[in-house]
Amino acid sequence: MISARGLRKSFGDFEAVKGIDVEVRKGEAFGFLGPNGAGKSSTMRMIASVSPVTSGELRIFGMDPATDGPAIRGRLGVCPQEDTLDNELNVFDNLYIYGRYFGIDRATCRDRATELLEFAQITEKAKSKVEDLSGGMKRRLTIARSLINNPDLLLLDEPTTGLDPQARHVLWDQLFRLKQAGVTLVITTHYMDEAEQLCDRLVVMDKGLIAAEGSPRELIDAHSTREVAELRFGVGEHEGLAGKVEDLGERVEVLPDRLLVYSDHGEEVVTAVLDRGLQPIATLVRRSTLEDVFLRLTGRSLAD
Amino acid sequence: MALVTAIPAPLTPVHAARVLVLRNFVVYKSAWKLFLTGFLEPVLYLFSIGIGVGQLIDSFEFHGEQVPYAAFVAPAMLATSAFNGALLDSTFNVFFKLKYEKLYDQMLATPLTTGDIARGEITWGLLRGSVYSAAFLVVMLAMGLVDSWWAVLALPAAILIAFAFSAVCMALTTWMTSWQDFDKITLAQMPLFLFSATFFPVEAFGDGVLRWIVEATPLYRGVVLCRELTTGVVTWESAVSVVYLVVMGIVGLLVVRRRLDALLLT
Repeated sequence: MISARGLRKSFGDFEAVKGIDVEVRKGEAFGFLGPNGAGKSSTMRMIASVSPVTSGELRIFGMDPATDGPAIRGRLGVCPQEDTLDNELNVFDNLYIYGRYFGIDRATCRDRATELLEFAQITEKAKSKVEDLSGGMKRRLTIARSLINNPDLLLLDEPTTGLDPQARHVLWDQLFRLKQAGVTLVITTHYMDEAEQLCDRLVVMDKGLIAAEGSPRELIDAHSTREVAELRFGVGEHEGLAGKVEDLGERVEVLPDRLLVYSDHGEEVVTAVLDRGLQPIATLVRRSTLEDVFLRLTGRSLAD
Repeated sequence: MALVTAIPAPLTPVHAARVLVLRNFVVYKSAWKLFLTGFLEPVLYLFSIGIGVGQLIDSFEFHGEQVPYAAFVAPAMLATSAFNGALLDSTFNVFFKLKYEKLYDQMLATPLTTGDIARGEITWGLLRGSVYSAAFLVVMLAMGLVDSWWAVLALPAAILIAFAFSAVCMALTTWMTSWQDFDKITLAQMPLFLFSATFFPVEAFGDGVLRWIVEATPLYRGVVLCRELTTGVVTWESAVSVVYLVVMGIVGLLVVRRRLDALLLT
């Protein structure tokens, strides 16, 4: 579906994407993970065929976006980071008119729009203004709109940012259904749980390069330990205490509010810490997640 | 949910322009009152100046023919109505869609191209100007201000004026960064409206540079074209005006496209 080789993107002197190789196969859910400014959105825009490639090779459905942009876009669904809905049209017309942009005929557009309102669970809002919808509804409408042309490939740029947990679960469920229906998904996200839930395979991007690639499980196995012991001490103490627990795990990560000790046996770490007379305010032993892989690879937490 | 049916064929430029016009039409269906203001303005001018002030003025010569004052002002208002209609959509509305609504970004996620957007929006501006002009022409007919069969060509002439202004104004709008910049549009619109031989003959400017400048401005070309057609005194000046306006429109269209490329396809 997507094949990129040595893909680069520059804006003047600034290089946002510094040569990446990516292969996305039919039917899979593929994720781009990375902190802000890692080059995810630039990459997505190039794939969406609205941003010219600076150098390297990019093929989507085997076509070159530089020459076959409209043909590629005809088979893509794009769900941008911000809800760019048409505020001058009502909810139904947002779907209907958008479908017409694809050259789909009136009757089909009307049927599709009706179906998609159902899918997005906003049928009763069909005649409402877009601005009267809640954040979750707008997001669902944006996603529904991106499906109007029955895309072979759906691009989702941070699909659940800004949604409450309830709305996120509704959305995840819908994305799962699409995946089962054979739609290839490409997702960028800030949320590690989202990536673990949705993605078959993902790449971690940092500073315009790919830092790691694999399934969530593979990445965790390769870049983290089985468990993590989280130790919370008083404000400002973490930096100084790191040295005292360093030898208890494979690695120690200092966060502003806690120490993370990476070890295959988390409970033993906590016991050892207490044996040394240290008194953490709180402790927690958990399994490694993508978040830990992320910290390891990019050296910073996602919050920044 | 129904799955992939057929991949739609790529849109032809004409089809794409139609779809964009459809979008704007749907938006205006519920706001048709806004449409009225642009039409009323030139009609009010015609009544107040053409007919009101016209009572105080004897008829005077236009290209050697005696023309009543109202019949002199009316074609200028016809050109102005096309100008107004085109201006409204291609400046304020385009700016809003480009900067705030991000409407063109949405369209570019579909098979539509920047060329399609340029052509579609300009077509819409052109249509709006044409509707105003057609309505105004009916008013002129009803008031007996049309003196010649040449006047049937006044509508295509008005459409041409709408096209030229729609294209150039949309092009200029792509350089605007804030609403304050629209003062510049008003700054250009007022003198064009007042001094394009709309209310008095161009001879009033004497034979100097000033007259040359006025004759080279686009609205003057439109006014004189409409005036020659509705009064039936057609000269080579009409041909000059047609070529002038066609070139203006095409240049505008090409610039819009390139500017949209530069702004949106980054």
